[in-house]
Amino acid sequence: MFRPSHYVAVLLFALFASIVFGITQRDTPPRMVRYGLYCFVLFTASAIVLSWVMFLIAR
Amino acid sequence: MASPQIRNGAAPQTPPQKPQGFVYLPLIAGWLVPGAGHFLLRKWGRGALLSLSIMAMFILGISMQGKLYANAHDILDLLGLIGDLGNGLLYIVSRALGLGADQVQVTTADYGTRFIVVAGLLNVISAVDAHNLRTGRKP
Repeated sequence: MFRPSHYVAVLLFALFASIVFGITQRDTPPRMVRYGLYCFVLFTASAIVLSWVMFLIAR
Repeated sequence: MASPQIRNGAAPQTPPQKPQGFVYLPLIAGWLVPGAGHFLLRKWGRGALLSLSIMAMFILGISMQGKLYANAHDILDLLGLIGDLGNGLLYIVSRALGLGADQVQVTTADYGTRFIVVAGLLNVISAVDAHNLRTGRKP
């Protein structure tokens, strides 16, 4: 059984979802790569920011 | 005598060509097997990346003991079932083999359940993209 930490699960989720978003939502390969990277950064950054917000609310 | 278009210096316009054959084939193939719609259109690189991403997400979800929705007792189960059905043959074969958990018992199984549902939704997006390529809506 695969038991990733929450952060590793977020990274895997962001990686695969970003690849699909990049390919399907843009027309040319350079724009696909740029949009995929943009989605990956947004996924991971928003997860980190929301985690800190929840940590501060819980205190 | 030259046509009026050539005399004006404009290139002769050809009418937009209608797609030949069964245009829904990439959509159906892409739904049944992740990336197959793009393979049919000879988009090998895109198809391989889509196939790898969606299958990896589904397999990771199963290996995390994620739940495969089998029936819809309430609205949330129904939404999960719709997402799972997006995986096409992956879902059908996994159900037939009895893979996945019946109940979520550990935290990672909850992540796995989400991975499986999202893999199905991403597969639907991928199949629709193949259909758009086939009809010429996407270059």
